[in-house]
Amino acid sequence: MALEDYVIPSSVEEALATLTSLRGQGRVIAGGTDLMIQLQRGERKARSLVDITRIPGLDVIKQEDSYIVIGAAATFTRIEQSELVRERAPILAQAASWVGSPQIRNVGTLAGNVVNAQPAADGAIALMTLDAEAEIANLTGRQWVAISSLFVSPGVSRVDANTEMITAFRFRPQAPRESSAFQRLARRKALALPLINVGVRVLLDAEGATVRDARIVIGPVALVPFRAREAEAALKARPIDAAVIAETVEAAISESRPRSSLLRASKEYRRELIGVLTRRALLQAIAGARG
Amino acid sequence: MATTYEISLRINGQETLIAVDASWTLAQVLREQLGLTGTKIGCEEGECGACTVLVDGQPVNSCIYPALKASGRHIRTVEGLAHDGQLHPLQQAFLEHGAVQCGYCTPGLLLSAVALLERNPHPSEAEIRRAISGNLCRCTGYIKVIRAIQAVTEGKQRPVSGP
Repeated sequence: MALEDYVIPSSVEEALATLTSLRGQGRVIAGGTDLMIQLQRGERKARSLVDITRIPGLDVIKQEDSYIVIGAAATFTRIEQSELVRERAPILAQAASWVGSPQIRNVGTLAGNVVNAQPAADGAIALMTLDAEAEIANLTGRQWVAISSLFVSPGVSRVDANTEMITAFRFRPQAPRESSAFQRLARRKALALPLINVGVRVLLDAEGATVRDARIVIGPVALVPFRAREAEAALKARPIDAAVIAETVEAAISESRPRSSLLRASKEYRRELIGVLTRRALLQAIAGARG
Repeated sequence: MATTYEISLRINGQETLIAVDASWTLAQVLREQLGLTGTKIGCEEGECGACTVLVDGQPVNSCIYPALKASGRHIRTVEGLAHDGQLHPLQQAFLEHGAVQCGYCTPGLLLSAVALLERNPHPSEAEIRRAISGNLCRCTGYIKVIRAIQAVTEGKQRPVSGP
């Protein structure tokens, strides 16, 4: 690893100025649990690393106005253990609890998970399900953008870690009659990427009989975390019954394009899993929303 | 040319000033610069946990942890567990329960267990299993390790006190 400098800035402005002075040869590092391996393997290149984890306030987890805000340097362990996240965005706490291992979660961050842009990243699936936004800081300023706009292809993010950084995520806390659920199957229960993971969020009407709004997000079934819009449409504005659930699950299966992987699972098996896990997540989210 | 940085680490309670290269990992500093070879290198990609050390009380994989990230932090390695010639209660329990075979994963497993018991002195078996889920053992398996940790939590060994 031909790393020449390791810079630890104490503000976002300093981090951006450092990246600018490095002219594309620097790269943002947060936990580094993916990046260090990629650098060692030569899959990514950087002459200098800019470590953002000591910027004061960047590890915040708080409610601000009508949003839950999670700073870019908050680790998965802190997200998983946060009372606020557990109560108001349980899907994110559940997803965080599945990432890697304790050692990885103690260091790894949601921002790294998103910028690493894997279609099955548990954190990214949960954030998509929550309709989260990321605050991107670069020389032109800071702006909030939808998480869903940040994924280009496996490993490629719209966020250019050579020149800009994510500073925080925000999303709405769970409303009354709203709930979310996360389902995942992997070869084993730690240190294993999911064969399939599914995030579901539903908002029910006052009677709890009809789904007013839904998000269904599945990985890895496309080049990016995949929002199953046909399944969402099948679920919305109809009285919840077995037929509607079955139609929703069928739609999720038919619009997903899982690949066969020698290491993990065949696409046929993954299709079965999409059905099973989507159904489980749907039922769990609906039950949660009914309280 | 890589820049060399002078950083201070508190290693097993001792303030240490060292010069580290920008590209070095914490595991390299511990093993090659400080001779603390109890921290093992296994997979070198954060999968096996043989390189586990505690940074401010939390287990991390030191093989993918930049040395400079550890600057100013309190690092604990397996060498820091025994005191005054007396093994740490978890070390004693691993010994008595045969929770060791080749021994390569043992330092990492011990540190994951130390972090767990300092945070939660009476974990359930599920919590123990989860706490050691980032440490692979390819010879003895995990049952004896879990029994050894339970022996400490159940008071059959001396309790674990803080650092």
